[in-house]
Amino acid sequence: MRQTPVAVSTAGETDLGSPPAQADPSAQPAPPLSPAASAALETNGRCRHCGAPSPGLAFCCAGCEAAWDLVSGLGLDAYYRRRTIDPDQRLLRPESEESAVDWASWVRDAGDDTAEASLLVEGLHCAACVWLIESVLARQPGVVTARVNMTSRRLRLAWRPAETAPERLVSVVSRLGYRLVPYDAGCLERGGNREEAELLRAMAVAGFAAGNVMLFSVSIWAGHAEGMGPGTRTFFHWISALIALPAIAWAGRPFFRAAWAALAARHVTMDVPIAVGVLLTTAMSLQQTIVGGEHAYFDAAIGLLFFLLIGRYLDRRARGQARSAAEHLLALSATAVTVLADDGGRCVLPPTRVSPGMRVLAAAGERIAVDGRITAGVSSIDTSLIDGESTPKPAFPGTLVFAGTINQSAPLTIEVTAAGEATLLAEIGRQVELAGQHRGRYVVLADRVARLYAPVVHSAALLTFILWWAVIGVDWQPAMMNAVAVLIITCPCALGLAVPVVQVVASGRLLRRGILIKSPTALERLAQVDAIVFDKTGTLTEGRPRLLGVGTFDRGVLAAAAALASASRHPLARALVQACEEAGIGVRTASGVRELPGQGLELDTGHGMVRLGSAQFCGVADGPDDGRAEMWFSRAGAPAIRFAFEDVLRADAQAVADDLRRRGLPIVLLSGDRRRPVLNCARALDIERWDAELRPSEKLQRLRAMAEAGQRVLMVGDGLNDAPALAAAHASMSPSTAIDISQTAADVVFQGAKLAPVREALGVARRARGLVRQNLALSLGYNLLAVPLAVGGQVTPLVAAIVMSTSSILVIANALRLNRMRA
Amino acid sequence: MDVLVWLIPIALGLGLCGLAGFLWALKSGQFDDLDGAANRILFDDVDEEAPRPKDRPES
Repeated sequence: MRQTPVAVSTAGETDLGSPPAQADPSAQPAPPLSPAASAALETNGRCRHCGAPSPGLAFCCAGCEAAWDLVSGLGLDAYYRRRTIDPDQRLLRPESEESAVDWASWVRDAGDDTAEASLLVEGLHCAACVWLIESVLARQPGVVTARVNMTSRRLRLAWRPAETAPERLVSVVSRLGYRLVPYDAGCLERGGNREEAELLRAMAVAGFAAGNVMLFSVSIWAGHAEGMGPGTRTFFHWISALIALPAIAWAGRPFFRAAWAALAARHVTMDVPIAVGVLLTTAMSLQQTIVGGEHAYFDAAIGLLFFLLIGRYLDRRARGQARSAAEHLLALSATAVTVLADDGGRCVLPPTRVSPGMRVLAAAGERIAVDGRITAGVSSIDTSLIDGESTPKPAFPGTLVFAGTINQSAPLTIEVTAAGEATLLAEIGRQVELAGQHRGRYVVLADRVARLYAPVVHSAALLTFILWWAVIGVDWQPAMMNAVAVLIITCPCALGLAVPVVQVVASGRLLRRGILIKSPTALERLAQVDAIVFDKTGTLTEGRPRLLGVGTFDRGVLAAAAALASASRHPLARALVQACEEAGIGVRTASGVRELPGQGLELDTGHGMVRLGSAQFCGVADGPDDGRAEMWFSRAGAPAIRFAFEDVLRADAQAVADDLRRRGLPIVLLSGDRRRPVLNCARALDIERWDAELRPSEKLQRLRAMAEAGQRVLMVGDGLNDAPALAAAHASMSPSTAIDISQTAADVVFQGAKLAPVREALGVARRARGLVRQNLALSLGYNLLAVPLAVGGQVTPLVAAIVMSTSSILVIANALRLNRMRA
Repeated sequence: MDVLVWLIPIALGLGLCGLAGFLWALKSGQFDDLDGAANRILFDDVDEEAPRPKDRPES
């Protein structure tokens, strides 16, 4: 569960560690102020709306100012005092352009002249955000209900179409800085959730029945000592049967179904001994009840089911949470395509409905959704997802572009050559699927144990029967009873809990740190890893350029260059502006800046041209060639200045790499980027084995080679070029900034700007493996100790109940230790 | 012991009521958003207030 502290404090506008001396804004006299004047009131240097650093200004951008106006105009500014900013979340900064959505396919008719839609919300920081969104929407005319589910981060919105339009409502919320994306509620919730609900219902019924049957059982056990008459005992047995039989038949279905499926596929899973044990116990108890016998084991059968359903439900829920979080991330990145009609009109279509020959428009900053050829526009394209290269490539009419790349500086018109399933992206997707098939064959530890356990247990029961019937020579009925007692006592109740409880505790602990375990076997495979392969761009590094040597430049020069740069969306220009903001240099966008795509920016100041762009554009003939991305800045009468940029390492990359090596895990760096930056990165982190300029298929080959050499590799990567390798590796992790397909291919997705989750996940996985083994040993040992009792015919229902519940409690308590362990 | 004939059905009936209640709550989505429900209670007071026009910053 995500911890969501609620700041109800009144000191400080945001809970970003502002100094206590910061005056409470509500205590200030309040004349209407322009941003520049209110800047005097702001001493913490943070934007009032989004909380990002904005030195000297009350707002970091016009969008934030408009959002602040909107919130306080509605009288909701209590929001700013109540919220707690979550540093892992996206900044609450409104985006300047909104992507158009074809609403017709998302809106449902809810009757009574209302329409309804389900939307995913991105940017929720805390409960105050939920309150703000709901309150803002509730104050819009025509809104019937607006309810945000904080756990799943989804918004259900109902409105009267006669009075308002979904576009208008969504735009109000996006002006606050949240992103809303419609989703198909039915599609996301089908499957996983239904199964989870079925397990929960089965658990409720089994719990009810187990509790009531146990009441009668306790009476019967007491009756053995106090001399209860056989009539009353049989009566109680009948009532127990009445409760237990329907409950077992109904609540046991998940196990019976799975056991049947396993047997039909001719292999043994944990479900088989469970189903056999429960059914035989019930049948024998019923027979004893009919003949008026002394012992009936209904409580054991239904109690067993109840415990196992708890384990199964917990297991399912932990994975469901991780999966829905991952689905959420994926759905947010699904974009619509703007298609240009022949008459010049535009319409927005889902990517699946675009066909070759159409012309589509890719706005600046947008991810291109099709493969195609540029017909108009000059821009630069970030291809890092395809080839891992960190510097953008120039793009002009005739250049081929691929789905998944990002158009950076100017709008492009693209003639579609392939869309949907035919794109390179989809092709890599198929490779991923193929490479990932081996995962399906991985057998979980619990099932491997079951393969050995089931035959042993069943033959022990058979031997007991033969011993009593043929050797000792009793009737077949008591012999049968002893044999079934062996099955009851060995029925893997604790064994069924041993693995899921540890998994739940481990994935819960990881989820709290923003690490999502997607695959049920991921933890086990992570624990076996003995080598790690890292991708460079976006994994070891932040995946965006940063200005090098900020301190060596004159502040005036930086401010002047940033004034030009802030007019552009080019990543290098943005990096320059960001560097200035972080250095506390106020950036004012100069007016009249012209952007020449592919070359740079220029401004006619009246005292001559000021230029920011490529070396050639700034009149520099030969600059140093160190393989870094660069921008030149030239002013009339002064020598041109070079700004060099580099994709810097994640803040804790060094520490994590050292720590992994200390644990004896060799690190390999495989990148699609050019040799120079890869070499720099490898040197910085002391990585000896590295390789550059690798194509996706070559990465895949390297991993296969390592696997053939007997290594179990953990692949950490984010790019499309990593996706096949991610799927082929023994285990894989991907940052949540990765492209959809990589997140789909990876077992584990981690959030945040740090690399520490890799260490954390490995540590927790190893601890979890240790605990699983302890638990298996504990429960097996416990059950096997009781076997001689059962063979000797000494297991009464009371003994069975005690053995079963104590072993379950032991196993759960042992698993909970994981929460207090250091990873 | 004749009283058991009454007591047992009553006890079971009460238990069944609880079970039905739980299944109903599950079906009506009471368990869908446990985080949200826990926090929502802290905010409801202001939610009911009428919108009032305001200048910024808050006075």
